[in-house]
Amino acid sequence: MLVMVLKRLGGVILTVWMVATLSFFLIRLAPGNPFANELHSLSPEEDAARRREYHLDESYSVQYGYWLWDLCRGDLGDSMKYRGKTVNALIAQTFPTSLALGSMAMLMALVVGMTTGVLAALRQNSPTDYALMAVAVFGISLPSFVFAMLGIVLFVFGARLFPLAGWESYRHVILPAMALSLPFAAKISRLTRVGMLEVLGEDFIRTAYAKGLAERHVVIKHALRGAMLPVISYLGPAFALILTGSLVIEKIFFLPGLGTIFVQAATNRDYNVVLGTVVVFSTLLCFFNFLVDLSYSLLDPRVKGSTGE
Amino acid sequence: MTALLDVVNLRTSFPTPSGLVRAVDGVNLKVEPGGSVGIVGESGSGKSVLSLTIMGLVACPPAIITADKIEFEGRDLSHASQAQWRGVRGNRLAMIFQDPMTSLNPFLTVGDQLAEPLIVHRQASAADARNKAKELLQRVGIPAASERLDAYPHQFSGGMRQRVMIAMAMACEPALIIADEPTTALDVTVQAQILDLMREIRESAGTAFVLITHDMGVAAGFCDEINVMYAGRVVERGSTRSIFRDPRHPYTKALLESVPRLDDPPGGRFLPIPGQPPDLTSLPVGCSYAPRCRWVQPGCLETAPTLVPVENDPARTKACFVDMADPKGQV
Ligand SMILES: Nc1ncnc2c1ncn2[C@@H]1O[C@H](COP(=O)(O)OP(=O)(O)O)[C@@H](O)[C@H]1O
Ligand SMILES: [Mg+2]
Repeated sequence: MLVMVLKRLGGVILTVWMVATLSFFLIRLAPGNPFANELHSLSPEEDAARRREYHLDESYSVQYGYWLWDLCRGDLGDSMKYRGKTVNALIAQTFPTSLALGSMAMLMALVVGMTTGVLAALRQNSPTDYALMAVAVFGISLPSFVFAMLGIVLFVFGARLFPLAGWESYRHVILPAMALSLPFAAKISRLTRVGMLEVLGEDFIRTAYAKGLAERHVVIKHALRGAMLPVISYLGPAFALILTGSLVIEKIFFLPGLGTIFVQAATNRDYNVVLGTVVVFSTLLCFFNFLVDLSYSLLDPRVKGSTGE
Repeated sequence: MTALLDVVNLRTSFPTPSGLVRAVDGVNLKVEPGGSVGIVGESGSGKSVLSLTIMGLVACPPAIITADKIEFEGRDLSHASQAQWRGVRGNRLAMIFQDPMTSLNPFLTVGDQLAEPLIVHRQASAADARNKAKELLQRVGIPAASERLDAYPHQFSGGMRQRVMIAMAMACEPALIIADEPTTALDVTVQAQILDLMREIRESAGTAFVLITHDMGVAAGFCDEINVMYAGRVVERGSTRSIFRDPRHPYTKALLESVPRLDDPPGGRFLPIPGQPPDLTSLPVGCSYAPRCRWVQPGCLETAPTLVPVENDPARTKACFVDMADPKGQV
């Protein structure tokens, strides 16, 4: 078990390093540079000075050496656009917003998706089931930004329940998180329903009833775990999609999050900020996938390397 | 002595797109305390549906269940509420299923699953239930019981899992255990061990058994009484000894001939019953076995025979018009 955890953690570090390295060279190969698109173009001397300051006058391999060395020390460098700001500071400033948005969306998707999925499975082929699954099809087929628009029209201009945009109180996160989570809630609902129906048809469920257990007990203790496995394996990809989805949602709601500075930095060719956010995103993603695998093996004793073996 | 289980005129059918499947079609079944009754028939004859209906485990709707009586320990269960059923199931009336590979929950430890009936029916504390679970494992012959409590089902062999199933059924010392093909999924040597264990439980604890099997040989070694089932009906009933010595229904005779016997000459007569069991959605007007019967008479195709006592033995009944010794002279 411990060996597996360590191996996987090593894998996380390796993957993040490879992604960061690839991005490092790709962003430098892209046309344009951090100083070219400023309003007042710099004089050749100023430009050369800037390049020296950020080591951009060195060869790629030397630049990479500097950057990797800093990275290992936890220093993501200085922003090339916001003069005087470190990337670490920029990320520290925006990360909490993205974290609140992402985790709130994930939580909503899980809670809503799993409860509706279980409900639909228990009332299979009833009007409740049909209604829930119709909503789910709708939820899956439309992207989050459509819900964002719908939500704004309904709840901001219509019901005046939520503020339009910005980031001042917890009420600012609810609508964006709802919009972001809906497609995932729908998908999780369908996965839960199918998983639940499959498990409820298993022989061991009949055994549980034969022992005299009540339906609630059978569902919660005997069926839910197995039904959750497909949901758990979906969480890895879902997390990645929520990350990319949050780029759009942050833009729509003007949330000062990681996604917003990433998109800005990419258009500005702010190399260090782009790489910094890429490192944060890929670390999060890898680490989350690692957690998913870990919980999978904790849930299913038949999986190799789990506690049951 | 009143019967432990008294089922009268039980019918279970399933509406399907191709028609009503009459899986159990008017079955009577009586089990005395400590008795052991066999239900034998080919696969698809309704044995499992019968046992699940008696356990109250057939969901209805969709199924349609009617019975004049399902009396267990003096209480009529045919109109029992779900809560009343739960009080009986796993407590006074327990069941062992065919496939021990799939009948145990792969996500829970064996100890956890063994403890459940005790916690639900006896309000046992977790510690007491665990202790009792350990005793149960020892009782069914699982070595190193206290360590095995924390193992998961996939860490057990098929035979060992069936022992766990038996231990689970025994947990609350039920008056009756219904065993639905408990040995079918197991190797021959393991089959014998499981049957020995069940026999030993029956003798020491006085638990009554209903043993369901498609194998006359298995029933012969375990049951006092045998009910032969065909197409949802009991077609012959009698003591094991009389059924074997003198089968009166052509289907029983065919079943007995299909059992390979130790005294058979090698490569000798092993006769699977020719033909197919009937379609339960459209049973023939007459005897449902008639299309496969060697002794079929014109009358068999017109009316369905009912279960009536065989002439000189009141404990013997059969549902057949024909006397196999003298097919022309109909009973
Ligand atoms: N839930 C169900 N819906 C429809 N038909 C069923 C259902 N359960 C069992 N049957 C049918 O009932 C018949 C008897 O099945 P079963 O009792 O399992 O036979 P056995 O145990 O004797 O092999 C079979 O034809 C089977 O297809
Ligand atoms: Mg069966």
